Amino acid sequence: MVRDVDVKLLTDNIKEMCIEATHFLTPDMDAALKKATAEEEAPLGKQVLEQLQENLQIAGKEMIPICQDCGMAVVFLEIGQDVHFTGGNLMDAVNEGVRRGYVDGFLRKSVVKDPLLRGNTGDNTPAILHTEIVPGDKVKITVSPKGFGSENKSKIIMLTPADGIEGVKAAVVNAVKEAGPNACPPMVVGVGIGGTFERAAYMAKKALTRDVSVRSELPHIAELENELLEMINKSGIGPGGLGGITTALAVNVNTYATHIAGLPVAVNICCHVNRHAVRVI
Amino acid sequence: MEKRIVHVPLSKEDARTLKTGDYVYLEGTIYSARDAAHKRMSEALDRGEELPFDIKGNVIYYMGPSPAREGRPIGSAGPTTAGRMDPYTPRLLDMGMGGMIGKGKRTQDVHDAVVRNEAVYFAAVGGAGALLSQRIKKSEVIAYDDLGPEAIRKMEIEDFPVVVVMDVEGNDLYKISQEMYKKD
Ligand code: SF4
Repeated sequence: MVRDVDVKLLTDNIKEMCIEATHFLTPDMDAALKKATAEEEAPLGKQVLEQLQENLQIAGKEMIPICQDCGMAVVFLEIGQDVHFTGGNLMDAVNEGVRRGYVDGFLRKSVVKDPLLRGNTGDNTPAILHTEIVPGDKVKITVSPKGFGSENKSKIIMLTPADGIEGVKAAVVNAVKEAGPNACPPMVVGVGIGGTFERAAYMAKKALTRDVSVRSELPHIAELENELLEMINKSGIGPGGLGGITTALAVNVNTYATHIAGLPVAVNICCHVNRHAVRVI
Repeated sequence: MEKRIVHVPLSKEDARTLKTGDYVYLEGTIYSARDAAHKRMSEALDRGEELPFDIKGNVIYYMGPSPAREGRPIGSAGPTTAGRMDPYTPRLLDMGMGGMIGKGKRTQDVHDAVVRNEAVYFAAVGGAGALLSQRIKKSEVIAYDDLGPEAIRKMEIEDFPVVVVMDVEGNDLYKISQEMYKKD
């Protein structure tokens, strides 16, 4: 059965989700930050984490964005194959949601219309839209405003099969070390392994939207996630890059089949303001 | 630990007492400027024009806020990555700029200019924009209004928490502290 979904529903939800995501972290992120604050050994590092706790409280209570960089709006739509969109153009509806969210929500507009000519678009559009067609008649919306202090530190590396798992670990840990204080640690690290050049990057971005307390369903990848987190937290970078044992809160890895000649690895670095809001309509 | 307040603009006497790793609270007047404002200031200097404010002793905060809600001086207002301003910074330091507030690593050129001029590089906590917003009591755009969030703002701050990353001797907290907590 085909289900008609008015694109205005997308607009309204995306508007609210932009505001929600920039003022409230998801419960898993909150819990991870609390745990880190309790466990941090470095006095300065602990002070930074305590400041972040207070910051989150103020953000929610006073409706001041958690971070002034309200990001570029990345929107994932998982669209049931039985959905039929009505009432307008899908991309326009998504952009309208972002526009209203950023304008009405007092969010910073940080998008320029041309990468070289620059020039702020004034309403934070266009969004980055990723769509996937899935079974069913629902639409899952994920809105993930992405800050660029950390985005700028992300990397894609085309390893070869001989580099193996050690090559993957080195790629991830080196990206984090290079990012250091610039990416506002403690970070969340999204990793995509396999696929093609662009698929690896997409997986890394999507990995950031997974609950940070949930490990991969694949046992060898779950193990890799734990090991990477441990390696990263031995780097000493710490909260704010001021030293400590909390450099990352989680490493989320997604994988996909790849070519016999390849081992692509994408590392999408996110700061502690790992924002996303999820709704199913 | 006793709470230490430092007045800004920053005097040379105060600058000399600040050591890498000190957690202090700034109070006084600062100016915001980030990428686009730095580019414009640099172009103005190239043309032999004056800067939009007197740089002597003043501290620049690398920050572009979110819009203020009604009745508030400013929106979310945390630091942005300082490194992007590195190409412009030594010149401003040589003109007498007292210090900078930002986050992240700086180049050797900036480091050298900090030492040469006895300036201080402070870090505010990246991603603590809501908290820092409340420590800004007044804010007024004084130049480059058309740049929106990137305009130059004059701000009155109180109880503004920062950490000394680079002191007048050029010690760098990012390097020192990382070594201290490294475990391999
Ligand atoms: S990296 Fe994250 S926390 Fe840091 S300024 Fe950007 S959005 Fe904010």
